[in-house]
Amino acid sequence: MRDPARHESETVERFLDSTLDSVDHAEELAVGMAQRAGFDEDELLKIGMAVRESVVNAVVHGNRYNANKKVRFSVVKNSERFTIRIADEGEGFDHADVPDPLAEGNLLAGSGRGIFLIRSFMDELQINRLEPGGMEFVMIKYMGPK
Amino acid sequence: MSVKLNTRQVGDVSVVDVSGRITLGEGSSALRDLMRDMVSKNQKKILLNLGDVSYIDSSGIGELVSGFTTVTNSGGELKLLNLTKRVKDLLQITKLYTVFDVHEDEAGAIRSFA
Repeated sequence: MRDPARHESETVERFLDSTLDSVDHAEELAVGMAQRAGFDEDELLKIGMAVRESVVNAVVHGNRYNANKKVRFSVVKNSERFTIRIADEGEGFDHADVPDPLAEGNLLAGSGRGIFLIRSFMDELQINRLEPGGMEFVMIKYMGPK
Repeated sequence: MSVKLNTRQVGDVSVVDVSGRITLGEGSSALRDLMRDMVSKNQKKILLNLGDVSYIDSSGIGELVSGFTTVTNSGGELKLLNLTKRVKDLLQITKLYTVFDVHEDEAGAIRSFA
């Protein structure tokens, strides 16, 4: 039987403080919407982890816990895509400069796996530099037949 | 509290029962501090029981790796016990599963220390 809730569009947008509490809040919002969208438990876990990793990046590396900077968080669900956008107000970075955590010399590094994990968990990841400053992570899960 | 750490001795092996969430902040720093403290006290055989770890993020993975490096560089051994599916999947994705010596039963893990 067709579940009407799964086929409805839904959008949420928040401006989050640059604190680790925002990581929990963003995860809760995203996973709640993903659950209503009909994603299974495994996908919910992946979406939650991707959101956590990207909000941590925005808070810690982008905004550097600056209370005057916000993390823009939005989730848009339609019949085709579940799209999460997370943007910071930091200085930006060139994601090509991020070392490959699977490279032999980096395997035992104490950090640097966040972006790799996001790519592993989501169907698409776009990393965009924003004007006048900051970075935006656009993470997409395809809805597909369920 | 995000993570709970309980340490017990089984012979000359220090078993750390980890429960909760190993995430950026309190969780990962608690694990880091404990392992550094153990190494400073010359505890060279450390078994991390991760059976009750409900969640781990990249920061938590980083602390496991840093702990492994610290213990190994000091001439010790750090092994993992009772990985949940989530933790095992993460270690496999990040190609770390084969770096660690992973066990599924405590007695066997204890015996495996040199």
